Amino acid sequence: MHRVVITGAGVICPIGASMVEMDAALRAGRSGIKDVATLNLVDNDRVNQKIIAPVTGFVPEDHFDAREIGMMETVSQYAVFAAREAIGRAGLDFNEELADETAVIVGTGIGGQSTQEEGYRRVYLENKRPHPFTVPRMMPNAPASQISMAFGLKGPSYAISSACASATHAVGNAFQMVRSGVVRAAVTGGVEACLQAGALRAWEALRVMASDACRPFSLGRKGMVLGDGAGIFVLERYEDAAARGAHILCEIAGNGMSADAGDLTAPEVEGMSKAIRRAIADAGLNPEDIDHINAHGTGTLANDRTEAAAILDVLGDRGRKVPVSATKSMHGHALGGAGAIELAALINAMNGNYVPPTINFVEPDPDCPIDCVPNEARDCRIDAALSNSFAFGGLNGVLALRRV
Amino acid sequence: MSVESDVIEIIRGKSSEGLEIIDRGTQLSELGIESLDMVELIFELEDKFGIEIPYNANSSEMEFQTVGDVVDAIAKLVAEQG
Repeated sequence: MHRVVITGAGVICPIGASMVEMDAALRAGRSGIKDVATLNLVDNDRVNQKIIAPVTGFVPEDHFDAREIGMMETVSQYAVFAAREAIGRAGLDFNEELADETAVIVGTGIGGQSTQEEGYRRVYLENKRPHPFTVPRMMPNAPASQISMAFGLKGPSYAISSACASATHAVGNAFQMVRSGVVRAAVTGGVEACLQAGALRAWEALRVMASDACRPFSLGRKGMVLGDGAGIFVLERYEDAAARGAHILCEIAGNGMSADAGDLTAPEVEGMSKAIRRAIADAGLNPEDIDHINAHGTGTLANDRTEAAAILDVLGDRGRKVPVSATKSMHGHALGGAGAIELAALINAMNGNYVPPTINFVEPDPDCPIDCVPNEARDCRIDAALSNSFAFGGLNGVLALRRV
Repeated sequence: MSVESDVIEIIRGKSSEGLEIIDRGTQLSELGIESLDMVELIFELEDKFGIEIPYNANSSEMEFQTVGDVVDAIAKLVAEQG
């Protein structure tokens, strides 16, 4: 068994196109949530959803040549963009031997949403053929494949798709592979790019979307806000990172997963608690060691009260005092990318000695008796922390991180 | 010759090599046109000329080595269509 550390992190999300940009936004409590009109969707006038959390200012031509853009839709572009930052920061030299032993495991809930919608539009509305690259652009493993090809990584590479837990499951799986010695290193994370008319209207139909703001754990919260983005990380053995003098961002110490085996969409305390307990135990930690949690915190009535109950269930009375940040209040809910964007937020917090705020907080909800760091970031030394992801389908994933 | 010049322009758009002169004798391999590029090229040619090209990546019935091979096949299909 090897200790596993993160030596590189990259992010592109509604509150920043790098770890540094995101760090500034998290400290300032800056929101990336915008009016849906900023998207210029083909069907803008038929989308009722008023707010979304888009990646803004990303010009593909600034980062990829025409040929690459032809083969890669937005979901893969975000993944490769974030991977460049992560791998660049890690300073890893992927020589032939290491490249052969490096896994690429990337979570996505959907894959190429814009490609699917464009294909359907052509077939059903315009009586045309889908573009010949429809399949390679939309397949959910495209982001993993594109990272593998961009950096010549030839270890086990695949996608993990478990809705909102995709990224956390992917990182957890990569962690286990590096820890067990199956691979020497891994490039892992998650991505989503689903802000398209069809996806937005499908989410509207579920009646879980907020009309005003995303205000997790607050009284008066009205739901989630759909977002886009990617987070990608370089995982390697502690001994390798130490030997080459790499800058270690944190250790991934534990991974906990569980399934509710209950309702398809309604979350359950027991399943969440089980995943949290398993992550803490897997890390060799105790509940009293946890001094910060990046919550799943979607802003829906059901998630937030269930998650608060699970936190209290595992941490006991201390659960009322441990700072719990719901950064989705700023960057929205990027589904299969969410866990990775939140892991990026957590890495920023651990390395910057602060906990990000849960913005848009109005007043405490008696059903959520936790400290969600309302509205303003706070100085805080974090030695051990959790990142929670709880998906539709009752699939739960929790990572336990430790300062090195 | 409009078919030839149109075909060459479409092929040029797919090329990753930026050759200045592309003519009938140019090898598609010199242009960096690989399997997926070929599929997209066929798609665009079909749209441009309103024809159906019986091309299948698994079959050697219609194999294109040079730009001229493509031009001839398209010209034939356009003529057949009347």
